[in-house]
Amino acid sequence: MKPLTRIRSRTASLPFENIDTDRIIPARFLTTTERAGLGRYAFNDWRYLEGGAENPEFPLNKAQAKDCRILVAGRNFGCGSSREHAPWALLDYGIEAVISSEIADIFRSNSLKNGLLTIVIDEAAHAELLASPGIELVIDIGEGSISKPDGSTIPFELDRFARHCLLNGVDQLGFLLDAEADISAWESRRAANPYSMESAA
Amino acid sequence: MKPRTIIDKIWDAHQVRAESADTPGILYVDLHLIHEVTTPQAFTELHSRGLKVRCPERVLATLDHSTPTLPADAQGRRPYVTAEAERQVLQLETNCAEFGIELNGWNSEHRGIVHVMGPEIGATQPGMTIVCGDSHTATHGAFGALAFGIGTTEVGHVLATQCLLQRKPKSFAIHVDGKLRPGVSAKDLILHIIGRIGVGGGTGHVIEYRGPAIEALSMEERMTVCNMSIEAGARAGLIAPDQVTFDWLKGRPRTPRGADWERAVAAWRTLVSDPGANYDSEVRIDASAIGPTISYGTHPGMVTPIAAVIPSARNAQESKALAYMQFDGGQALTGQKVDVVFVGSCTNSRLSDLRDAAAVMRGHKVADGVRMLIVPGSVLIKREAEAEGLDEVFLTAGAEWREAGCSMCIGMNGDIAQPGQLVVSTSNRNFEGRQGPGVRTVLASPRVAAVAAIAGVITDPDAFQERAA
Repeated sequence: MKPLTRIRSRTASLPFENIDTDRIIPARFLTTTERAGLGRYAFNDWRYLEGGAENPEFPLNKAQAKDCRILVAGRNFGCGSSREHAPWALLDYGIEAVISSEIADIFRSNSLKNGLLTIVIDEAAHAELLASPGIELVIDIGEGSISKPDGSTIPFELDRFARHCLLNGVDQLGFLLDAEADISAWESRRAANPYSMESAA
Repeated sequence: MKPRTIIDKIWDAHQVRAESADTPGILYVDLHLIHEVTTPQAFTELHSRGLKVRCPERVLATLDHSTPTLPADAQGRRPYVTAEAERQVLQLETNCAEFGIELNGWNSEHRGIVHVMGPEIGATQPGMTIVCGDSHTATHGAFGALAFGIGTTEVGHVLATQCLLQRKPKSFAIHVDGKLRPGVSAKDLILHIIGRIGVGGGTGHVIEYRGPAIEALSMEERMTVCNMSIEAGARAGLIAPDQVTFDWLKGRPRTPRGADWERAVAAWRTLVSDPGANYDSEVRIDASAIGPTISYGTHPGMVTPIAAVIPSARNAQESKALAYMQFDGGQALTGQKVDVVFVGSCTNSRLSDLRDAAAVMRGHKVADGVRMLIVPGSVLIKREAEAEGLDEVFLTAGAEWREAGCSMCIGMNGDIAQPGQLVVSTSNRNFEGRQGPGVRTVLASPRVAAVAAIAGVITDPDAFQERAA
């Protein structure tokens, strides 16, 4: 994973609530055994009309949304399935950050593990951003702030470990592999009392 | 000691390292279920790093999503939807062989939907931590296990270390008082609950379903309830294990035997939330007020009693959903023409679900112009249903009786409907395009689905059975 410190981009808006992972990438594209190249399927059934032409009504097909790397989406973005193909597709499509007032748990977890920044902000700030597609934002991950063109900023919370991993491009599997001694010790204690619901730590 | 919820108890018992402000905790995983769709990239990662599977005996695989539900031909060739789908299945077979993982594959009677298989062989047990690269993993919470869906990167973490990096979720108690009315199912109950708390209502939480109406449910019904926890946004949903749980599990292939069984049950009996334990959220539901319930929109929170009229849109989102469904607010749901009926999925493909559907269909025919697919959850369930003659009931009625798998719930294997068609489905998601591009999905119980198949239109099952009687 590449370190990610700052994102500067105009925004694109998808002002719809509960955009589920079937919308982000329909299930028929999940028979792949690769993680690369899924951007062409991002929002497939929304982005294209029957026959394959671009749907002019899809907000990300508008000229001003081209090359936007920050997506502002309605509440509860990424709900539904656990498919990691959703963040893979968004990243490959060119999205680096998703901002919403609520982001589904598994999607958020999957995104952060792949370097797709998920940001939850309060409803008022969210409503304003959602209604102003095309504005240029600067997201500072270390600071936990979004700067708007008028100089004002929106603060956001980010789990400290997720922030550390994004800023330094840390691979979380490496962190777990380093805990091998603790995992083995736990297994030994557990084996002595396999059904106990007391803490074995 | 501070009173603990069942969630606290399972969490504490599996914490290898506690979380801090700087780092998440390390949580040990007892059982890792895998299928063909969300694992290939994880095995590729292991290969590229030269890693082994740490505990192959804690991993259990099956084939369900990309698998055809029509039988193999005389030469043994299976009608996969694409060559890529077949390659995906082959890749799981190869990965399991290489890494020493038990696979309930094509020749196993336990092959089937991953969340049907785990309980069926007794691999799912109370007090366990269970994960799977699949959001409906909460199904296993019916046994008092902490079971949740993970992504493919995390599948790789568990394969390599048997652990996950996790922050502890919040707890949500859903108390269900009273008693479900006759003919009202667990599916009606969970659809009602999701409608009440909303599709994001459980985000960040693990739900504990509790109260007299929950205790009165069979294991199959408890699985239906826990299965759809994710549809309310929850990480997991669970129910304290009790005698119903122990009786259901006893003697299944992977359960402990003899003195070990007694020890296990004694420990499992402690898996209840202590009196006075604190929950982050709580809600109370009256079971007796719930009737047959179905969805009318494009997410599982848009539900209504079947006899009610379709609620009017309150905002642009709901207008868009109604437009997609070709419904108008104020219109009756009953009487809407049905094109396809699907009975199956990890929500409703167990033997009791098939019996519910068969009880309605016995002596009736599927209406002209309606296609009905019935897809059992596992090979064993298929055999059990056939031993009872349920297949005859379905086939005589004109329904299709298929091989086990996820089928039309997700449509990855090509079992889909046509654009614009209305599907009454016992599955869990009515998202736009879930059952094929442009397909309109109405979520319902097996009983409501079977009545719709016979009547050819959405029909209140209580009114239908009065007419039939």
